[in-house]
Amino acid sequence: MKRTFPLIIAAVAGYVMVVAYFMPALQQVREDAEEWFNILAAIAMILGGASILGMHLRKVSDRRAGWGFSVVTLLGFIVTLYVGLFKIGVPPMPEYPDRAWTGEYIAQGGALWWSFEYIIYPITATMFALLAFYVASAAFRAFRAKNLEAMLLLGTAFLILLGRSYAGTLLTGWYAEDYPNLTLPGLTDMIMGVFNTAGQRAVMIGIALGIAATSLKILLGIDRSYLGSRNA
Amino acid sequence: MNHRQELIPRGVLTIMAMIGWLSVVLAAPVAIAQDAAPDIAEDATADAVEEAPVSRPAPPGRLVAEDKPNDAGNTIVLSWELSPDDDITLDEARLQGYRLYRANVTDPSLEPEFELVAGVRDLTLQRDEFEDSDRFLIRPSQSFMYRLVAVGIDGTESEPVGLDEPISTTRSWFDPNRSWFLGLMLLISFWITLFIYLAQKGVDLKIRKIAGLEAVDEAVGRATEMGRPILFVPGIQDMNNIQTVAGITILSRIGRTAAEYDARIEVPTSRSLVMTTARETLESSFLSAGRPDAYHEDMSYYVTDEQFGYVAYLTGYMSREKPAACFYLGAFFAESLILAETGNSIGAIQVAGTAEPAQLPFFVAACDYTLIGEEFFAASAYLSGEPEQLGTLKGQDVGKIIGGLLIIVGCLLATAASVTQNPQMEWAVNYLKFSVLGTEEPPEELLDQELIEERLEEQTGTAPEEQAVRWESTEGSGPA
Repeated sequence: MKRTFPLIIAAVAGYVMVVAYFMPALQQVREDAEEWFNILAAIAMILGGASILGMHLRKVSDRRAGWGFSVVTLLGFIVTLYVGLFKIGVPPMPEYPDRAWTGEYIAQGGALWWSFEYIIYPITATMFALLAFYVASAAFRAFRAKNLEAMLLLGTAFLILLGRSYAGTLLTGWYAEDYPNLTLPGLTDMIMGVFNTAGQRAVMIGIALGIAATSLKILLGIDRSYLGSRNA
Repeated sequence: MNHRQELIPRGVLTIMAMIGWLSVVLAAPVAIAQDAAPDIAEDATADAVEEAPVSRPAPPGRLVAEDKPNDAGNTIVLSWELSPDDDITLDEARLQGYRLYRANVTDPSLEPEFELVAGVRDLTLQRDEFEDSDRFLIRPSQSFMYRLVAVGIDGTESEPVGLDEPISTTRSWFDPNRSWFLGLMLLISFWITLFIYLAQKGVDLKIRKIAGLEAVDEAVGRATEMGRPILFVPGIQDMNNIQTVAGITILSRIGRTAAEYDARIEVPTSRSLVMTTARETLESSFLSAGRPDAYHEDMSYYVTDEQFGYVAYLTGYMSREKPAACFYLGAFFAESLILAETGNSIGAIQVAGTAEPAQLPFFVAACDYTLIGEEFFAASAYLSGEPEQLGTLKGQDVGKIIGGLLIIVGCLLATAASVTQNPQMEWAVNYLKFSVLGTEEPPEELLDQELIEERLEEQTGTAPEEQAVRWESTEGSGPA
């Protein structure tokens, strides 16, 4: 029963979504099903919060390696939860200036807004900026001319890099009027528009068929491993 | 006679009284005139205002409403002719935009109450169409009237234009634009189901080896030998994403192998529902491996929904714990390269799989094995080795054959249409593109034979580059 009931729910919800795609009259049922998922995900956030608290509290109490990071995590978690729930520093709505709780929890000027604006966003931007260095190191490894394929890759990458920068126009601009397709920007456009697009579409067709087959396996109950089936 | 009367003589008193009276008499008309002046001025201004003509903006032209076809009956498409004041050639703008009002007139005994549907923020200048969609208020059994006004720079509304008669919608039970898609889906589903049936009957199905999946046991074994953990990352999307589901199905196999080898596995997640599912999957895997005692809930835990917060945790974990094997199986975006490069720097054996084409090059560059597109979805069937699951892979191959045939037919048709300039062939290409492979009707001008012929005549004297540009702009209006 523990496996059968979720399987029935998954199959029914899946069939409804498929049928509703072709039957506009059932569109509302489809939208309702999506809203149910959002509600479930919101409730599951409580489980997530409990997981964070439990795991890091155990780490601190056991004095495991790196327990100091757990203290910072717990402090951040509790402070953010507190300022968000109690709308600390949130200005009231102009219509109700005497009611402190009428403002939106994320309203500008509030503590939660402040923490996002001045802590979360800069930190995430820093993490994202690291990507530039990782791209450089990955490119260095990928473009080493070890064999013929790697040499072709290196040559193509070199063309694209030149063609996408001003250097491409500068180097080959003098014959652009006569042979526009043979300039570096022209060759770049051709590589991206023909070879790259063809490859991407081939991958996309495979992905679409894979999604169809996976969905069918789930709808028919053949693949139950996502439910933790013993047959996996 | 008292002492005071003697101090101020009667004559003097009389003179003072006369002066006072005279001052009052002379001052009174001035004061009255001064008091009356503002009223007179106001009256004059009011008269002037009444006399000046009110400058209201010119109203928009005819308003037309149509029920959107092939929908649930919740959408009405409105179009109108622009107001003469909505002219981009004017020196200065005269309008802010338009306001659209709607009234439910289903019950004729009630006075219609018009409510604002869209304001100047939505109905900007030069906009002459709007889709009014509301699944709660617009219902198939009800009738509606609309009013549209142009809004001047000072907020003045023009005379409203309305509909000639109320509009009501109809609910469609089937969308004919999706019939080709339904046919193709049923065809592929039929072949997949047929191969599942054949596999169940014992027909031998040959499946090619997938190196990335063969490496799963090797990676888990390596982690066991080195005494280091295995890191499994199920992507950053929730359980409603098929890639996450595919990742979790592979986790069940990796979890069972880890249980058999007595290796430590960790599954940090960025969604609470994924954490719950991963826990269930791991518990079941450990149970099926005969090691239920080795399972504990902390193997899968929630980190954060924040994309780069999750990345920060994972890269920190990798740097500190140095897992021997890293699996990235799910939906990944900008974080793919950060994770894969960090894993590479610690010398972990890495297996990645995703259906995000933009992230595949990063995984290929930094990981030991990458499951590209369909391989990722085939992993569950491949690893399970169950005949009915392997049957689905053969069914996918038939789908590829159908796709290949359509590509060949499309290429031949498009080439023939380009060479011969035949309108019928162009129509066939567009029908294939928009109706067979898309879910929309081709734009009317592409189906109208007269228009096609007119266009061909126009093109006769134009350069090929200009033709190509024109067709590119036409293609842009099609389905994505």
